[in-house]
Amino acid sequence: MKFGTEIVLLSLFAFAALVAAGFGVDEPFRQHMWVLFFAVAGFTAILLRNTEFKPAVPIDPAAFMDGPIRYGAVATVFWGVVGMLVGVVIALQLAYPDLSVEPWFNFGRLRPLHTSGVVFAFGGNALLCTSLYVVQRTCRARLFGGNLAWFVFWGYQLFIVMAATGYLLGITESREYAEPEWYVDLWLTMVWVAYLVLFLGTILKRREPHIYVANWFYLSFIVTIAMLHVINNLSMPVSFVGSKSYSAFSGVQDALTQWWYGHNAVGFFLTAGFLGMMYYFVPKQANRPVYSYRLSIIHFWALIFLYIWAGPHHLHYTALPDWAQTLGMAFSIMLWMPSWGGMINGLMTLSGAWDKLRTDPIIRMMVMAIAFYGMSTFEGPMMSIKAVNSLSHYTDWTIGHVHSGALGWVGMISFGAIYFMVPKLWNRERLYSLRLVNWHFWLATLGIVVYAAVMWVSGVMQGLMWREYDEQGFLVFSFAETVAAMHLYYIMRAIGGAMYLSGALIMAWNVTMTILGYQREEKPMPRPIAAVRPARSGARKWA
Amino acid sequence: MTYNFMRAFADTWGLLAMALFFVGCITFALRPGSRTRADEAAQIPLKDD
Amino acid sequence: MGLMDKHAVIEKNATLLLVGSLLVVTIGGIVEIAPLFYLDNTIEKVEGMRPYSPLELAGRNIYVREGCYLCHSQMIRPFRDEVERYGHYSLAAESMYDHPFQWGSKRTGPDLARVGDRYSNGWHVQHLVYPRSVVPESIMPSYAFLKEMPIEVKDFSTHLIANSRVGVPYSDDMIASANADLMAQADPNIDTSGLEARYPKAKLGDFDGNPQQVSEMDALVAYLQMLGTLVDFKNYDEAAGYR
Repeated sequence: MKFGTEIVLLSLFAFAALVAAGFGVDEPFRQHMWVLFFAVAGFTAILLRNTEFKPAVPIDPAAFMDGPIRYGAVATVFWGVVGMLVGVVIALQLAYPDLSVEPWFNFGRLRPLHTSGVVFAFGGNALLCTSLYVVQRTCRARLFGGNLAWFVFWGYQLFIVMAATGYLLGITESREYAEPEWYVDLWLTMVWVAYLVLFLGTILKRREPHIYVANWFYLSFIVTIAMLHVINNLSMPVSFVGSKSYSAFSGVQDALTQWWYGHNAVGFFLTAGFLGMMYYFVPKQANRPVYSYRLSIIHFWALIFLYIWAGPHHLHYTALPDWAQTLGMAFSIMLWMPSWGGMINGLMTLSGAWDKLRTDPIIRMMVMAIAFYGMSTFEGPMMSIKAVNSLSHYTDWTIGHVHSGALGWVGMISFGAIYFMVPKLWNRERLYSLRLVNWHFWLATLGIVVYAAVMWVSGVMQGLMWREYDEQGFLVFSFAETVAAMHLYYIMRAIGGAMYLSGALIMAWNVTMTILGYQREEKPMPRPIAAVRPARSGARKWA
Repeated sequence: MTYNFMRAFADTWGLLAMALFFVGCITFALRPGSRTRADEAAQIPLKDD
Repeated sequence: MGLMDKHAVIEKNATLLLVGSLLVVTIGGIVEIAPLFYLDNTIEKVEGMRPYSPLELAGRNIYVREGCYLCHSQMIRPFRDEVERYGHYSLAAESMYDHPFQWGSKRTGPDLARVGDRYSNGWHVQHLVYPRSVVPESIMPSYAFLKEMPIEVKDFSTHLIANSRVGVPYSDDMIASANADLMAQADPNIDTSGLEARYPKAKLGDFDGNPQQVSEMDALVAYLQMLGTLVDFKNYDEAAGYR
């Protein structure tokens, strides 16, 4: 019977959720377990309706396993739109605070929904599906472990649903970008270990002597995130049927552990993983090998070696001991070198094919992503300098910096990868529309520019207002006055975010139509010069 | 193993060892013999999928 | 095999690559973080620090639950403007019982590390119910529902036990009287001498203005009113505290 074991296990899981909902010691936990019950029971019902008693169709062991990747691509687009939409909503809540609806849709509960939504739901699914796509093709091997990939995919979606509904119910550990409570963390650990086994198993059965560098980045991302996740989430639950837990560490130690995690979530989740994407999809779309493979190896080791030290720059001038702050700053500044090495490597892959920038909006998107990678990895080390940080910390400048990296680098490179993969995964000749990709490109780029510029101005202004003294030596502004001064900037920021979101909506439309098999009738993008230039012999007509 | 000992280690020998490792990585990657191998590996994504 | 060929082995061996990269990141983490875990032994004992009373802890959990830390820091940096605006810069020891820490990373609203005793209970309640009624420029959401929510105490001692398991020195006495202490702190008509002995400087009274029930508002305001009030900086030795 197809799905036999799965149905039995899922039914037991649903039953366990029901029991936990009955015996839970606190109200949010009981509500959360009801959510879990309905999610798992619903999924079981879907499997039951799709079960068959025919003998299983034999699987071609040489063929790539693209089913979970197709689902992953759709999930990436879906969660991307959701996460960015929540981002625009909370941006508007800061401009118009009465848009907060207590208790479930207050800013404090929606903000983790936005950050986790874009980082883990959108970014995570993008990493999941591209890594499985890349590892199969660069190893020329089918995914390891049969249905393991399906477990990883659906298990990860369940994690997202539990994390997201938990935030709305007020279930949080308050560790930024690691907010889910202990039981959701445990579930993610299981899924993540399965992911590691899946990825590593596929590499081990490869039919290619080399392990391509993109897989290094993906592998280090998977293994480091596993380590960071486990250590940062060590905590003591109040009850095994309750939502609350207390962190294993306190005060200074807790802060350093959290920001060691927090910064490396940026370094390994949002950087290393997406660099893996860059090292496969940029050469692929440009149809030329990476500019310098050896530089990419240096990029890899330097990056993972330096990043892990940089966390304390989130704690400058706090009660963290000075030496740790200085160490964090030194390594953050050193990080600038490999980052720019990687940027140059990505950009120069196009050398000799710069023409594609004009004719291929997908390449344009990828190049813009790399450019933003360069910009934010320059801004980051700069902000980690203690003197700069004393001004920028606690202000919107940080928010602007994060978004130039997240929207510019992570978002754009993922969009590029999705646009590349979707026609291939569904065997379509081309995307529904390249013109729409172009629209997406411009909306996204302008959106980021508006967002980052506005946040930079408001952040610097905020920082300066807080520390402004008059000639008598009194502070000039009350805190409330500095809040009021932000109003216009918060509106403009929401507009920038809305532009970016509308680009993502265009992508959703484009991807949907491609999957459904349509091709938009449109004026083609400008073609390469080489194709329109008539063949000449001898005479140089332009000379 | 006191705090003072460990912090002193972290920002002296620990730091030096990690920095040397870093230099080692660069040397490894740029060593003369690696070029052919690297060029081979760089072609992997461009083979048919 | 020459030394220089070793990297080729790593390039072709997935397990080695895995172990190699894990080693690099682990060592980095250990060298940098481990010393901090020995800090306990040498950290200066600051007079006045004590574990949270049950009502304060319940309030702190609400502070965490509502994501207050996303807009309010609890970490005053040693700059002239911050010290003038918020009070003495924060000491490491002041968050020694904080599981988890609430230093925050963004000041959309002001720092709260020393907000205790700065405003009246009534001000806090009014501010939480509708922030713009007391601070017109505020962009804080409204938390009126806290007033209606009775605090959920099935067995609050489990919270103290969980904390003591991760190192907070709650005594057996404190754990045994957790539920009673929780209710007593917000009840002006009850004998609180035991509570005050266990938790010196605890703020007492009916915080939310509704004596009928102990609400989440009571707990949150009790927490806010004690923030930064435990250490008496008249007796604090600046030089000894530096590390």
